[in-house]
Amino acid sequence: MAQADVADTSKRNGHIRFSEDVQEEEPRFSLLSRLVRELGAQAQRAIPRADLDERDPDFIRERLPLMWLIASIWYRGEVRGLGNIPDSGPVLLVGNHSGGNMTPDTIIFTLAFSTYFGVERHFYQLAHNLVLSMPTLGSLRKFGTVAASPKNSEKALESGAALLVYPGGDYEVHRPIWQRNRVDFGNRKGFIRLALEQNVPIVPVVSIGGQETALFLSRGERLARLLALDRMFRLKVLPISLAVPWGLNIGDMLGHLPLPAKITIETLPAIDLRAEFGPDPDVDEIYDHIQRLMQDTLDALAAERRFPVLG
Amino acid sequence: MRVNGDIEVAAPIDLVWSIVTDPERVLNFMSGVTRWEVAGTEPTGLGARYQTLLRVGAAEVGGLIEIVEWLEPSECAWTSVTGVDQRGRWRLRERPHNRTKVELRLAYGVAGAGLIGWVAERVAAPTVSGHVRRTLRQLKRMVEHEQLRERAAARRSVG
Repeated sequence: MAQADVADTSKRNGHIRFSEDVQEEEPRFSLLSRLVRELGAQAQRAIPRADLDERDPDFIRERLPLMWLIASIWYRGEVRGLGNIPDSGPVLLVGNHSGGNMTPDTIIFTLAFSTYFGVERHFYQLAHNLVLSMPTLGSLRKFGTVAASPKNSEKALESGAALLVYPGGDYEVHRPIWQRNRVDFGNRKGFIRLALEQNVPIVPVVSIGGQETALFLSRGERLARLLALDRMFRLKVLPISLAVPWGLNIGDMLGHLPLPAKITIETLPAIDLRAEFGPDPDVDEIYDHIQRLMQDTLDALAAERRFPVLG
Repeated sequence: MRVNGDIEVAAPIDLVWSIVTDPERVLNFMSGVTRWEVAGTEPTGLGARYQTLLRVGAAEVGGLIEIVEWLEPSECAWTSVTGVDQRGRWRLRERPHNRTKVELRLAYGVAGAGLIGWVAERVAAPTVSGHVRRTLRQLKRMVEHEQLRERAAARRSVG
């Protein structure tokens, strides 16, 4: 019964069929395996149905002042090049991800996009399904945040919306602070296949400063594997950081008070993949190009910064 | 929240009016404005629409606006159709010796944003006031310099 529920919930959210994967990898009667499966089932059941229709423009509009206060005062946010985003039609916005579970770059970019194009333009953001299942973060769905999955991505782009993806996801967002100025998608190329299938342009969005909002020490990948978090929650990391107010912060599940680091975001010109790479483009070549382009921009933004946190 | 400012310009009212209502020249003198594009079929006049953006703090705020009052050459008012709620008004009054008093009013806010909205409006006020002040100064400089250039050109052509 539990497995059927898991499969059903996963399917509704457009995720992989979790229960079948577990069955293939685990001995059938192992106590640990059953425990992992049951915990996984509980976690999957907690994930609400992903529905693009849950985005609420009026809700976003009423939250703009709060987002503006946070972005302007706390992070001294600066967003450049929004004019590079096509004025209408579907577009895949590809960002580098920073700041642990608090992800200040997403708040600032969502504010900037919503005020620049208006809340009337449909804009969705992909997030880890665990983020959406947090009881206090349910309102994110009203902002247009949906569980990261191929199915949801396709639905969003087919509806003509702008879609923000962070290919690096949990892997990149918890990178240690000495890699703060590194774009690292962890070889995840699904976003390129998505853009090619949907025939939409890619707009790279490069941000800096987010990884200075706490002292990120390690992704804790071994710890995550040891605790079977990958199989239970699709979590490949269990980050370890020094953060306010916890001190030593393992997992960052309750979030943290981010340091007021200056966040700068630069939006690059749109890339029409088939126009630039030919009718049958090589995914690896595009991946290298986009990651290099974003890394060059991040290097330039890093060169502008004089002090950590202060910017 | 409403902010306003005024300035006296040494130019006739018709000239000032022609400049403040010309969508192609707005970016030359309006401080903080990053976009002012004609969005409808009419470039000026009652019912003309523009896509506008004003940089305030971390965001470029604006949206579609429409001219709702047009009394040539003294009153031009607009209100927002989409985006953050806003109203604006150019109020021009003739003064002796071919001078013009120019007043710019901007009102903005987000309906339904509650206490946080109230706080945000006040936090944004110094920035918006600064934009209004600089806009008026830049307009004065632009109009008066334009007049000087025209007079100089006229003198040269006579000579």
